[in-house]
Amino acid sequence: MQTMCNKVDVVHVPDGFLDPATSVSTGVLAAGTVALALNRARAELDDRTAPLAGLTAAFVFAGQMINFPVAAGTSGHLIGAVLTAVLVGPWTALLCMTAVLLVQAVLFADGGLTALGTNVTLMGLLAVLVGYGVFRGLAAVLPRTRTGVLTAAGGAAFLSVPAAALTFVGLFALGGAVDLPLGAVASAMTGVHLLIGLGEAAITVAVVGAVLAVRPDLVHGAQGLRTAAALQDRRPTAAGAAR
Amino acid sequence: MGAGHGGALTARFLPGDSVVHRLEPHAKLVAVLAFAVVVVATPVHAPWAPAAYAGYLVAVLGAAAVAGVGPGRLLRGLVVEVPFVAFAVLLPFVARGPRVEVLGLALSQSGLAAGGGLLAKATLSILAATVLAATTEPRALLRGLQRLRLPSLLVQILMFMIRYADVVGSELHRMRVARESRGFTGGGLRGLRVLAATAGALFVRSYERGERVHLAMLSRGYTGSLPTGPAPTVDAHSWAVALALPLAAAGVLAAGMLAG
Repeated sequence: MQTMCNKVDVVHVPDGFLDPATSVSTGVLAAGTVALALNRARAELDDRTAPLAGLTAAFVFAGQMINFPVAAGTSGHLIGAVLTAVLVGPWTALLCMTAVLLVQAVLFADGGLTALGTNVTLMGLLAVLVGYGVFRGLAAVLPRTRTGVLTAAGGAAFLSVPAAALTFVGLFALGGAVDLPLGAVASAMTGVHLLIGLGEAAITVAVVGAVLAVRPDLVHGAQGLRTAAALQDRRPTAAGAAR
Repeated sequence: MGAGHGGALTARFLPGDSVVHRLEPHAKLVAVLAFAVVVVATPVHAPWAPAAYAGYLVAVLGAAAVAGVGPGRLLRGLVVEVPFVAFAVLLPFVARGPRVEVLGLALSQSGLAAGGGLLAKATLSILAATVLAATTEPRALLRGLQRLRLPSLLVQILMFMIRYADVVGSELHRMRVARESRGFTGGGLRGLRVLAATAGALFVRSYERGERVHLAMLSRGYTGSLPTGPAPTVDAHSWAVALALPLAAAGVLAAGMLAG
């Protein structure tokens, strides 16, 4: 039970990492984004928002505990921002990630209370909205097939991780508590997070593919794939006539 | 799940009847947030900063003692900090600025102060939040957040999440039992495909459960908002008890600023 709660791989910014000005500005940004998301999700799902987003948040929370083998003996954890956005749409996904981060901060002391705005900005605003933007951009260029959707989801998941990490380095440059050689930190963070991004992309593609195989109608990002079954004449066959 | 009723989300809750347990949840949330703000506001490079951290530590350990939260529980709460310990330990080596000799190593003076400060601040805030989580049930915490005017839709999402997190979690557990009883050992790309199918099935089941829950609620008259009882009132005495922790910390900070 204890090991289930301690997810040290999904790193959340703790209290005291950034100066008050940066924490407050990311907090205001996060609050505005969440308010917009509440509005947009209600427009998409009306009174289904709370149960569906709540259950999806529970899924993300459980999914982050699965240890996925990625390559050559290494394993990765799901962050799930792009995966959730592709599955349920960006606004609902943003609310789910916010709910997960809130629960982790309040119930598990994972991610500081004063850094909650920063964490929502990084994992919600950046990873979900930017990731979903990249997904839509890629999906628009790629062919409208299952492979196209999966490639777009993988690319977006891959980019979302280093993008969030680099934004964190940027925030640290603006409001960090210490004078660091930022170039070196940025390249180290990017290097590590490109690898984590590869894992995230592999997991995202595999999970979206699995859902597409059984319930393609539940994949928000694959709505373009749905086509009405073509009507066609069927000649009566011997088997049909016998029935 | 093996933990009986409750599971992952209530695992941090320690039933009890201390003064801290009896406080209203929103008063406790305000207290812990205010404590974190005071801790974060402490200047890292002030010469009296270590003394202030010690003062905060005494205050938060005092709160933990009053609440009956033992050292084992507090230490387990600190596990989330592990990645940042690595970062804070690296800081004195990579930060710029004047160097000092420590055990034959040339370390950055500002890096030492900053690394130590980051670690101390994160640790203190995590300790306070651990006491909060150990003395407040998840549902009570949500009531506190609601009382603090978190948007009601977000509160509802959180309610559904904590209500069903253990249901979804135990579904995942049953899938693991089913997988392993069929000889699955994991590893490699085939393992990834199997686990992805698990996660995909878990999503489909969770989403469909959400649809069923919604229909069940509609049949019970749900209109998009949940009825709540009257807001609890907190008298001045309870507020004074709840705010003792941040006020003690603020006293330490003020003393440090005056002395420094």
